[in-house]
Amino acid sequence: MSVLIDKFDVFAGGFWLTLQICVLAAIGALILGAVMAVLRISPVPPLRAVGTAYVNIFRNMPLTVVMFFAAFGLPALGSNADFLRIPVLDSLFTRLGTDLPYFRFALIALVLYTAAFVCEALRSGVNAVPAGQAEAARSLGLTFGQNLRHVVLPQSWKASVVPLGSVIIAMIKNSALIGFFGVVGDLSQSADQLTSAEGYAFIPVAIGISIGYLIMTVPLGALLDRLEKRQAVAR
Amino acid sequence: MRMKRVAAVAAAATLALGLAACGGDDADEGTGSGSKSFAAGSTMEKLNKAQKIKIGTKFDQPGFGQKGLSGKPEGFDVEVAKLIVKELGIPEDKIEYVETPSKVREDVIVNGTVDLVAATYTINDKRKERIAFAGPYYEAGQNILVKKDDSTITGPDSFKDGTKKVCSVTGSTPAEEIKKHVKDVGTQLVLFDTYDKCRDALKGGQVDAVTTDNVILLGYIAKDEASFKLAGENFTKEPYGIGVKKEDNDFRTFINDTLEKAFNDGSWKKAWDDTAGKFGAELGSAPTVNRY
Repeated sequence: MSVLIDKFDVFAGGFWLTLQICVLAAIGALILGAVMAVLRISPVPPLRAVGTAYVNIFRNMPLTVVMFFAAFGLPALGSNADFLRIPVLDSLFTRLGTDLPYFRFALIALVLYTAAFVCEALRSGVNAVPAGQAEAARSLGLTFGQNLRHVVLPQSWKASVVPLGSVIIAMIKNSALIGFFGVVGDLSQSADQLTSAEGYAFIPVAIGISIGYLIMTVPLGALLDRLEKRQAVAR
Repeated sequence: MRMKRVAAVAAAATLALGLAACGGDDADEGTGSGSKSFAAGSTMEKLNKAQKIKIGTKFDQPGFGQKGLSGKPEGFDVEVAKLIVKELGIPEDKIEYVETPSKVREDVIVNGTVDLVAATYTINDKRKERIAFAGPYYEAGQNILVKKDDSTITGPDSFKDGTKKVCSVTGSTPAEEIKKHVKDVGTQLVLFDTYDKCRDALKGGQVDAVTTDNVILLGYIAKDEASFKLAGENFTKEPYGIGVKKEDNDFRTFINDTLEKAFNDGSWKKAWDDTAGKFGAELGSAPTVNRY
């Protein structure tokens, strides 16, 4: 088990990189997922179709395949995902701005994939709002937008909190794939490195990275439980 | 009471088996395997008795161990392993090949999943802490693959200014080596699980170079001469050895003897010419096995 102490900086560095991509991907997925959810519940059929198609594609594709498309498909299309070099963000998250695009590719894959689940979590929350609420709002003359903003979404958030949290936890665990698509130095790739290049025994290393993931996921789960107690719909 | 009976039965069974085994030995004479004799209790004797052997090799390394349409891996590593198997008196069709990517090589030896590993396995001290190496049977060297029209990269020092990006494979010796030459690992180094992905990244322009042992790169050039070339000379020495259990000195000595024999009788050179030699790589003179 001495590897945990000897190579603490490797584990810490891996944890830091995994945390970075998870924070970015969570923000991206929440935004994109919310947009898709709005599309899916909108009264305009073509918009609904777009949202439904999106969810059906990305929810039913293995993440590995999405990753492949991002890491090897985008370059084939001549893109290095440079649009993600967002001026302020890339100084906070230096990997966003590097000439090596694999961090950005991995981010795109995680966001696209997770957004489908975020969308469904949000929609289930909307469905939990009694239909009478929306009908009452409409009879008061509120538009679809006002209805969402003031009546439906504030209530649906409460029902969405727990499923959303589960989606984000799943995303953190899914981020273990990025190390196999060109991102160097995240938790799982660091483990790969320690066991194969440096010849450390597998089990202690695996325990080390497991702890890394647990540090991210367990508090999140605890936080969700508290939120649920405070926020969630009292029935 | 019952225990006694069990013990008696067990003892009888052991005796019977022992006798049967002795009888078996007599019957063995005259078959292909019986012509070899090894010290009692040695790994060689065990393998020869069992008439089967498990060999760990790569399945995705052109010229050394690549599983093709035949369903069996082919290449220089595989041929060298076959020379050892032949010396053990085991027929080739009794070899069971196990895929051993870089990251599992020590583990499969320590756990006894395979009897030996021949998988572009660079001999180094860190690995010697857990396993032992026979050989080397080939001296490779690290080199750099670039696009044909690229004249900006001339060697490992071209990465020092921090602008050029390079790709290698996670956990490989070349990846560790190139880390010493790049300015910033995070912005200059990409690691994949196979060199094929590195080649694709080079073709797509996400990286400027791929680095690993020269023979592997030569394999890529052989397949696509219009796109790639080597940048400069080999800048490291990578002796490939055969991995065996750390404490098994007899087996290691036996493999070293076998390798020396193969260096001298031409079978080593033939193995090379039939496999990796096709890519135009020079074999050079035979290395000296290191009996530590």
